[in-house]
Amino acid sequence: MSNEAVLHAPTTTITHHHDAHADHGHEHHHHETFITKYVFSQDHKMIAKQFLITGMVWAVLGGLMSVLFRLQLGYPDAKFPWLQDLLGKFWVEDGKITAQAYYALVTTHGTVLVFFVLTAGLSGTFANFLIPLQIGARDMASPFMNMLSYWFFFAASCVMLSSLFVETGPFSGGWTAYPPLSALGQASPGSKTGMDLWLIAMALFVVSSLLGGLNYIATVLNMRTKGMSMTRMPLTIWALFFTAVLGVLSFPVLFSGFILLIFDRNFGTSFYLSDLYVNGVTLPNEGGSAILFQHLFWFLGHPEVYIILLPAMGMVSEILSTNARKPIFGYIAMIGSLFAIAILAFLVWAHHMFVTGLNPFLGSIFVLLTLLIAVPSAIKVFNWLTTLWRGNIRFTPGMLFAIGFVSLFISGGLTGIWLGNSALDIHLHDTYFVIAHFHIVMGVASMFGMFAGVYHWYPKMYGRYLNNTLAYTHFWITLIGAYLIFWPMHYQGLAGMPRRYYDYSIWESFKQFAELNRFISTVAMVVFATQLLFLFNFFYSIFKGRKVTNQNPWGSTTLEWTAPIRPGHGNWPGEIPEVHRWAYDYGKDGRDFVPQTEPVGANESHH
Amino acid sequence: MTMYLVIAVIVLFFLVIFQISKAAEYVAVLKGEEQNRKQTNKVNAFLMVAFMVAGLIGVWYCNELYYKKTLLPLESASVQGEKVDQMLWITLAVTGAVFILTQILLFGFAYKYQEKESRKVFYFPHSTKLEILWTVVPAIFLTVLVVMGLRNWFYFTGDAPADAMQVEVTGKQFGWIFRYPGKDNQFGKKYYKLIDGADNALGLVWKDSAAMNIKDDAASHDDIVTESTVYLVKNKPVKFIIGSRDVIHDVGLSQFRLKMDAVPGIPTTMWFTPKFTTKEMKEKTGNPNFVYEISCDQMCGNGHYSMRGVIEVVTQEEYDAWMAKQKPKYLAVFPDKDPANKKDSTATASVAIK
Repeated sequence: MSNEAVLHAPTTTITHHHDAHADHGHEHHHHETFITKYVFSQDHKMIAKQFLITGMVWAVLGGLMSVLFRLQLGYPDAKFPWLQDLLGKFWVEDGKITAQAYYALVTTHGTVLVFFVLTAGLSGTFANFLIPLQIGARDMASPFMNMLSYWFFFAASCVMLSSLFVETGPFSGGWTAYPPLSALGQASPGSKTGMDLWLIAMALFVVSSLLGGLNYIATVLNMRTKGMSMTRMPLTIWALFFTAVLGVLSFPVLFSGFILLIFDRNFGTSFYLSDLYVNGVTLPNEGGSAILFQHLFWFLGHPEVYIILLPAMGMVSEILSTNARKPIFGYIAMIGSLFAIAILAFLVWAHHMFVTGLNPFLGSIFVLLTLLIAVPSAIKVFNWLTTLWRGNIRFTPGMLFAIGFVSLFISGGLTGIWLGNSALDIHLHDTYFVIAHFHIVMGVASMFGMFAGVYHWYPKMYGRYLNNTLAYTHFWITLIGAYLIFWPMHYQGLAGMPRRYYDYSIWESFKQFAELNRFISTVAMVVFATQLLFLFNFFYSIFKGRKVTNQNPWGSTTLEWTAPIRPGHGNWPGEIPEVHRWAYDYGKDGRDFVPQTEPVGANESHH
Repeated sequence: MTMYLVIAVIVLFFLVIFQISKAAEYVAVLKGEEQNRKQTNKVNAFLMVAFMVAGLIGVWYCNELYYKKTLLPLESASVQGEKVDQMLWITLAVTGAVFILTQILLFGFAYKYQEKESRKVFYFPHSTKLEILWTVVPAIFLTVLVVMGLRNWFYFTGDAPADAMQVEVTGKQFGWIFRYPGKDNQFGKKYYKLIDGADNALGLVWKDSAAMNIKDDAASHDDIVTESTVYLVKNKPVKFIIGSRDVIHDVGLSQFRLKMDAVPGIPTTMWFTPKFTTKEMKEKTGNPNFVYEISCDQMCGNGHYSMRGVIEVVTQEEYDAWMAKQKPKYLAVFPDKDPANKKDSTATASVAIK
């Protein structure tokens, strides 16, 4: 038997629950050409893959940017002539990454990771993929809008990418784009053409996000299959639903903030500008408020954090429960805490602005509301822990990443209690402590949620498995690396070390960390390289991975596993299945699991 | 050349990992997937608990290495900063305990409840009692932290004492300008359209201008303007009135544990009481190069990382001696208005006052 044959021979060990429908996947409802199937597809599953792969491309670019600026931070005195050959003089001069390039990298890294990877790549992928499959719908409410959503994202990506190649460089004023710096080309070369492109890209992105979000909400509310009441939905769907609501309500505010900024930049208005003398020139603008932008920005900016986190929370809840072979603990409390987080997400934006001169009384209200978020977050953590307790845990790669998510969410969430308290924030604001906090709780944790989702639903996406050994290697190096990179940054923050500095060597107060910076940069490079391993695994397995022969490989209760292994457009060849119970009947009455489609038996125990 | 070597090594390393992974998959299929899955399950369960132990040791080791490089081993250099530190320790105690407890539970459960054929899963979908417990307990702790935080917050952001000295701090790309009110203890008016290069960096109103509809403000004539270094007095509260000429900056005072944004068009304030002179800090830290630095903590352009100011904290006598040597900017720009340059009786009179 050849190697390939070994790999793809039907296994005999796991054949139970093998459904007769499994092989009907190649039925098609209508004719599809290459263009309608792979490019302008209206199939939610294909659109999900488009979002995922575009997100992965951005993750690689964004990650590579962080490697470059970590190179500068770790080795401020070293010269890299080969980098100059590679990138050109704008980015690397005299063998050193220029300050302008450094700030451009930091800014683009932030923008791209937050919006293109962890918003579009995460919600875009999993809302599209899972909502119809898990609620029992043939597709989204509007497949056409869904397709537009992706292509607006694609256009945004193209514009953002093009900004890397303009003469004055991409925008370099930080991903938060505070005016006046972002409004005035005189103040920074990156605020010239680069900023125009940044704004256009972001405006397109908002359109994409709104088209997607409205569609997700409409689908969840209207297209659930028979028996799928709201309280029977898997937590993934609840989380994706709240995410969409957050996005729909807050992205327009960001958009309005950008419109005003575009006016200030191009049409001589003074929404954000007042009393300015820049680069030797007195500007005529008077009466604007630079702080107004921050209010508009963070009114999205903070919910955005939860737009990134909630889908990860939902998927982790699902994956933990499935692989612990035990119901999620406190299903209603989990929904309640998601709801509480979604509401509070709108009421805490000004905690990013404690030191802007905000009215202290207003600040105190935001302290209260911010620390309040810790309560639903605590509920979630304890519920996840209780879900593991007395389970029978299978460490699939998805499960490992889900456990890693919980660990990181705890570590990063707890430092939120420090920063949310204004009297501590006044010391720690804009230091490395903040970098450590939000990278762990939002960046890496959500990335782990995304990995968990990819590993868990890959068999459904491509009908093949990812290679396990590569997956385990990927997980362990990434988890250890993430902690090695971000944990010591808390100490840099406690030394008052400010973020977004190109070079610390001139500072008596901050230069003691040169060695640590070198260490962090080295680990960052190793972790980045490890992600390439995942990429390789992902693309290789699409074509060569072990074939899925079991319709329900993880023994899940949810609907997506009742569809054929390779579902066609429309998802279920025959009738859409009917739902009779909630999604978490694992280990009930001595049975390993009871699918949602199974009617409640007469003798079944109640919970 | 080494570059290519490094790349070659990395590529080789990847190939090796890939080949091993592929081989492992074949072996798994041949050996029987179920059995192989059970084996890797054990390995991963063990790694979970190993990671937890190594991680907790790592947390301790990291603290050994870097604690002494933070600001914490030293007392805060301002009276307000003591409260920050106190709060920081209490918050650390609470969050630290939760951190250790939950991480141990997480990885401990993962290890303890790894898949075993004999284990029967406990069907436990909810428990109102438990859920109330972990809603209420965090809420109580958070209330304590909020109350403590807000008391400090209102103290920090409240009015400065009446006897506080006042200094105006203005940020620009990429440096700091300081202004003292001078003998009349009153800041003169300023208008940003009067800013002109080096002479009038703040736009002080020194003469009438019909075009701008402003009148000369005599209070601005004795204002002292300095750049880069600001002198403060030990144990004397100081109130910074903070502004910016161009983009948003931030007055970051790490040793004093405070910071406040400098926003163009909207003045902000911050007050604090320095506890130690710069000289005393040199002794306390054992670092002869010690200075109090003002770091810009808000991204302000390509020179952000170099926007450095210096605070010299001195005794009252040293401060008075320094101040006596300062000349109002107005007199430097208009030497003919300087009484010291006039050889008449008013000059002698002003000397007599000193």
